[in-house]
Amino acid sequence: MELAFTPEERAFQADVRAWIDEAYTPDLRAKMAMSKTGYLDREGQITWQKRLHARGFIAPNWPEKYGGPGLTPTQKYILHMELSAAGTPSVVPMGVSMVAPVIMAFGNEAQKAQHLPPILSSDIWWCQGYSEPGAGSDLASLQMSAVRDGDEYVLNGSKIWTTLAQHADWIFCLVRTSREGKPQEGISFLVFPMDLPGISVRPLPTLDGPMEGEQEINQVFFEDVRVPIEASLIGEENKGWTYAKYLLQFERGNAYAPGLRNMLSKVRKIASREQIGDVPLIQDADFSRKLAEMEMRIEALNATELRIFSALSAGEAVGPESSMVKCAGSEAQQAITELALEAVGQAGHVFVRDSWAHLREGANADLPMPEYAVPVAPSYFNYRKTSIYAGSNEIQRNIMAKMVLGL
Amino acid sequence: MDFNFTEEQSMIRDSLARLIREQYDFETRRSVVESDAGWRPEMWAQFAELGLLMAPFSEEDGGLGGGAIDAMVVMEEFGKGLVVEPFVPSVVCGGGFLKHAGSVAQKEEYLAGIMSGEQIFAFAWAEPKGRYNYADLETTARKDGAGFVLNGHKAVVIGAPWASHFVVTARTAGDRRDRAGVSAFIVAKDAAGVTTRDYPTVDGRRASEVYFENVALSSEHLIGEVDGALSLVERVGDEATAALCAEACGAMGVAHAQTVEYSRTRKQFGVPIGKFQVLQHRMVDMFMEHEQSISMTYMATLKLDEPEIERKKAVSAAKVRIGQAGRLVGQQAVQIHGGMGMTEELAVGHYFKRITMVDSEFGNVDYHLKRYTDLCAAEMAVAAE
Ligand SMILES: Cc1cc2nc3c(=O)[nH]c(=O)nc-3n(C[C@H](O)[C@H](O)[C@H](O)COP(=O)(O)OP(=O)(O)OC[C@H]3O[C@@H](n4cnc5c(N)ncnc54)[C@H](O)[C@@H]3O)c2cc1C
Repeated sequence: MELAFTPEERAFQADVRAWIDEAYTPDLRAKMAMSKTGYLDREGQITWQKRLHARGFIAPNWPEKYGGPGLTPTQKYILHMELSAAGTPSVVPMGVSMVAPVIMAFGNEAQKAQHLPPILSSDIWWCQGYSEPGAGSDLASLQMSAVRDGDEYVLNGSKIWTTLAQHADWIFCLVRTSREGKPQEGISFLVFPMDLPGISVRPLPTLDGPMEGEQEINQVFFEDVRVPIEASLIGEENKGWTYAKYLLQFERGNAYAPGLRNMLSKVRKIASREQIGDVPLIQDADFSRKLAEMEMRIEALNATELRIFSALSAGEAVGPESSMVKCAGSEAQQAITELALEAVGQAGHVFVRDSWAHLREGANADLPMPEYAVPVAPSYFNYRKTSIYAGSNEIQRNIMAKMVLGL
Repeated sequence: MDFNFTEEQSMIRDSLARLIREQYDFETRRSVVESDAGWRPEMWAQFAELGLLMAPFSEEDGGLGGGAIDAMVVMEEFGKGLVVEPFVPSVVCGGGFLKHAGSVAQKEEYLAGIMSGEQIFAFAWAEPKGRYNYADLETTARKDGAGFVLNGHKAVVIGAPWASHFVVTARTAGDRRDRAGVSAFIVAKDAAGVTTRDYPTVDGRRASEVYFENVALSSEHLIGEVDGALSLVERVGDEATAALCAEACGAMGVAHAQTVEYSRTRKQFGVPIGKFQVLQHRMVDMFMEHEQSISMTYMATLKLDEPEIERKKAVSAAKVRIGQAGRLVGQQAVQIHGGMGMTEELAVGHYFKRITMVDSEFGNVDYHLKRYTDLCAAEMAVAAE
């Protein structure tokens, strides 16, 4: 056992830090500090992702032949850790870490050539069309249909909770191509553009109260949408479920602890500005104890993530451990947003729909409360999502009960 | 012992529940909350017509002869309907000050207006740095001959955009956070030197930052004792807290009921999700928390006229338990609704938000835990003597 990084790894870490200091510019930092959802607007998101790309950091997990940077497992870990610890925006995962690995593994050469480069360069924005109104946790019951008509599929149905679909140029969808046999056996994996006739997007504003056009999720409707089979179908017809399960490995798996530390550091900043009696809240016995407890919770998760990472590096397969990390990580995220809400006190009541307004040039910079309080209650509401999406925490616990405990 | 409601209280509850059902459905509320005004004055007039606004006042004062229990009944229904109109600020707080400490002339000038709905009060006590402490005041009212000159900034004054008057706490003597030296004043919103900055709150209500700049007040504006109003302020604050607890109970009950109902109809894996035992247990936990919240609200409300320490302990205990229960009930209501719980289109998320925000009104869990602990220590010190 060895806790420390090698000198080479430390040098890499210093490089990454220096780069972030420079590339994560004050305008992006200011916007990110006011984000209710953890994302920037489309423009900010693309700006940041293109900077990551220019430095070769956008897709650390991609193989070199597709443009990946060829980092060692430890370097990848360090990169992720530093990006999270600095509070940089997460790369919108739908392109780089969801559809791309599926295309690499199961797409044909033409599909790879068409899709992978613009994903890497953030020139094409993707969204994920899995969930449907009737199919959430029980994804295999999905109903959106793809019916063959010559060399085209005709698509009908609806997808829901589709993250940032309003920005998306392309979508990848699980659709039903057969109603025979087990539900899992009639599902196919399709990719197609969002601007086809018959596709419409309806915003679903979440509890954080997004400003117009910045909603996190949407419902997408498909009415007699025609797509060419050859270009749209990834892999084989009716094998989509296998590909989707393959994708799930990429949807989960990144470490939570570095990002949690960043979130907690923001609460500390708030608590050092808020006053209780004649001391800052951060010196209050009750509150500082909660901060300490939270820090220990993060360190426990961090050490656990390092153990998993070490097993991974040694070539062991990681299975249900990712469920543990997802539950512990998402619940810690929620607990930190709860601490933040407590810290801002009554200022948390003030609702500011456009939390970026005061950052824009010419806008009235005068807020009715401290700036740091603006996104706090909305984020608390918004972060309820983390125990619902990417496999709800109930489903994750079911998986662990079955796979780990053998129950 | 009797936990039953009087006939009048039951009547108030039933007619209010009907009014809310008929005119305060979720979609109507949503459009009202998003409108420029953010409320419906005509709704307030209907509440007045039903007698709600005079229910908690004695017949001597021109009311219906009820009290805090009537306010509790009203606020539980308000919680069920997510009603945004300012019953607590105007009737419980404004009316509370007048009921306990108003002079005959003040009652004549203001209380009648509160009861008829023509005057609306808001309670301007919290300050940007006060953190729930009624005595932590930077707002000052300087004595000036027979009158006072008021200066200061009050934060997140709920209902202020709709108010005609404020009850304002200010320091007239002593140092910031001293118990002595606090006074309360009735200030008309249109008085010279009063400005407001209005905004919506995250749970669909309206509030303001209220600024006072050299506002000239006479002794007729003073309510309660000069320099000695803190006990009165705390008493009214406790009454407001108990009423808020009732509101939270109403909202928790609906959030729970909607969740149970949703779990009966939402199917995944071929069965209603309510068949999954883990969700069943969680909904039972929500039920237990809600029931105990109701019990604590009754206890707090029934003890509002007890001696100060008794009253404060009961109110703090209720506020702590309801803060904790609200967290569980609100969070799990959203969780069990899955993605549906996250949207503004469904009522349950709005209940979650309101339940959440109750905690940081009139002192949060930590504040009331501390207050309770200090009161216990004080009692023990007395007993030891
Ligand atoms: C902010 C956000 C973004 C999202 N983005 C996307 C996206 O981009 N693309 C996409 O396809 N989907 C997306 N989703 C959808 C997400 O994957 C689903 O919400 C999730 O799978 C849960 O499905 P559901 O919402 O239908 O809830 P349900 O499946 O209806 O679940 C309701 C409740 O029942 C519980 N439950 C269900 N089954 C069981 C069981 N067997 N045992 C115990 N409890 C159970 C759940 O845990 C939950 O608490 C997003 C969701 C959110 C909230």
